Amino acid sequence: MKAAKPLPRWADLVLLPLLNLALALGVAGLVVMGIGQDPVQVIGVLVKGAFGSERGLSYTLYYATTFVFTGLAVAVAFHGGLFNIGGEGQAILGGLGAGLAALWLSPHLGPWLMLPIMVLSAAAAGMAWSFIPAYLQAYRGSHVVITTIMFNFLAASLLVYLLVNWLKVPGSMAVESAEFAESAKLPRMHELLQHLGVEWASSPLNASVFLAVAAAVGVYLFLWHSRAGYRMRTVGASEGAAAYAGIRPQRQVLLSMALSGGLAGLVGMNEVAGVSGRLMLDFVAGAGFTGIAVALMGRNHPVGVVLSSLLFGALFQGGAEVAFEVPGFTRDMVVALQGFIVLFSGAMSYVMAPWLSRALAALPAVRTKEVAHG
Amino acid sequence: MDEVFWGSMIGSTLRVAAPLMLCALAGLFSERSGVVDIGLEGKMLAAAFAAAATGVSTGSLTLALLAALGTSMALSGLHGVACVSHAGNQVVSGVAINIMAVGLTAVLGAAWFKQGGQTPPVPDALRLGAWWPGLVDATRDMPFVGPVLVQGFLSHSVLVYLALALVPAVWWLLWRSRFGLRLRAVGENPAMVEAAGVSVQRMRYMALSLNGMLCGLAGAYLVLAQSASFVPNMTAGRGFMALAALIFGKWHPVGAFWACLLFGFLDAAAIRMQGVVLPVIGEVPVQLVQALPYVLTVVLLAGFIGKAVAPKALGIPYTKERT
Repeated sequence: MKAAKPLPRWADLVLLPLLNLALALGVAGLVVMGIGQDPVQVIGVLVKGAFGSERGLSYTLYYATTFVFTGLAVAVAFHGGLFNIGGEGQAILGGLGAGLAALWLSPHLGPWLMLPIMVLSAAAAGMAWSFIPAYLQAYRGSHVVITTIMFNFLAASLLVYLLVNWLKVPGSMAVESAEFAESAKLPRMHELLQHLGVEWASSPLNASVFLAVAAAVGVYLFLWHSRAGYRMRTVGASEGAAAYAGIRPQRQVLLSMALSGGLAGLVGMNEVAGVSGRLMLDFVAGAGFTGIAVALMGRNHPVGVVLSSLLFGALFQGGAEVAFEVPGFTRDMVVALQGFIVLFSGAMSYVMAPWLSRALAALPAVRTKEVAHG
Repeated sequence: MDEVFWGSMIGSTLRVAAPLMLCALAGLFSERSGVVDIGLEGKMLAAAFAAAATGVSTGSLTLALLAALGTSMALSGLHGVACVSHAGNQVVSGVAINIMAVGLTAVLGAAWFKQGGQTPPVPDALRLGAWWPGLVDATRDMPFVGPVLVQGFLSHSVLVYLALALVPAVWWLLWRSRFGLRLRAVGENPAMVEAAGVSVQRMRYMALSLNGMLCGLAGAYLVLAQSASFVPNMTAGRGFMALAALIFGKWHPVGAFWACLLFGFLDAAAIRMQGVVLPVIGEVPVQLVQALPYVLTVVLLAGFIGKAVAPKALGIPYTKERT
């Protein structure tokens, strides 16, 4: 097979990802048709459910908040040359960090002290959980993919153990901790808007959405406008070159995984401090894995991560509406679509590239432009 | 801790370990050929669903098994197209397989059987019961022989014995046959194998086919020999535990066999230790026992108890044209 020309930059950054997304959506559409549903109707209900009302929009943004954290976590590790599958476990630890701090301190502290402490302890707990695999990768040569998978299971076991044996309210049937005091609950968006005199439908959307935006901006500035970020990306691009330039790859492994774990840990703020107000089982619910799809689709750039988080937020919220309105449809379809997106935008992202390149070369407009450029 | 206890303990250890063994051996083929397989979990789940759906709707054991093997091999083939033919990221492809399997099985199950993703139980005729059903009753009154030997070792379905028999068979295939030598060489130094005139791609696809078959058997086991109906996400991490066993067994069939037995034993023990207070140690939390396989694997990987060395070319896509 003749090697196709590399794609022009705009096609690589915009056209190919859109094409891959379209493929994933197309396959999902075929599945929807296969189970006897009308894809057009499903998409209609989905879009209306995700964006058609104040409540729907708020839920979309609430889901997106969690995905921004886990998506950024995967993206940051990726720039350091690592694949962090451990977002799920790190997010569980983040929730534990925030939750334990709240259970311990919230009766004694006001929100202005309590909430920053929770943010820090969520991030610190997520960091700690990613630090062990990172250390083992950097200094003991064990592969971070395998260890983070193991750490996901360990985190889940730890959460169950703590809830069942220590945190559960005695005499209660539900496996969940006592409720935090008010100072440990992030304000909901509709409450904040009410202060400004705006009436808004109530939803789980809370102040951590601002934290997510700040995290995205922070990751962008760190990666592309700081020396530390440059060092990290250098190691990610070529460990040998980085070592030759005097950058110690081991330290960058620790740094990128710690940042990654910290970002994943912030999920705890959205789910535990923002929504449930107590620790409970399964509050991460696969968001760590959705983060992989989000990062792959967003091509590991903060802007892309935010955009694809919005898409996934809309899919989760809209999917719930579809499951409610269309009989025989379950929300698991969104999980399947997520799998297709990981497949087409991730594993097979460059399967389409040669075809696209040939198609573009066949377009007369592009060809003349290339001739003009010499 | 009487005879009956040990008989049932041995029995459930083997029952838990059998699908782990099938799955770990599946992973062994793939990883020894240099292809990382995170997708064991997803393939096993998809195969379990295929076996249940086909079994329920056709009532044929052969078709149910074929569907399980076919589904799992198709997913292995997809992994091959992404990673062997197009040099895609093997970990990402495995993650995709896992997520797709979770989503699709639930969607199709809900649409076809209208029980919220669950399938009805497969007919009894399809269920693989004890291979020698008369033996348990015949030996019931013999001391030791009945409760320990027969209950523990001889009361299982054919798939358990197949899994046990496959351990030496896979060892022989990989370490004593020409095919196995080539397969392992592809995982260590693919360029050398290519230079010797053997297609790396072909070897890796063959490894993935065997991988798909064994994963399919593991999935079929869950439905045909364990619980009768498919339940969404019923693999519940077994694929990852098999992966851990493969690594804990240092990418060797016999090592993986012992690791699977150990993990199976821990699982069987965890259920029985609920609420039991041991002398000196006190009550051991169930979660700790359940988490032990993962802890042990991490400790091993960290090089604190021996050293697990992965195949050298593991995870590196092979492209023939060097640029």
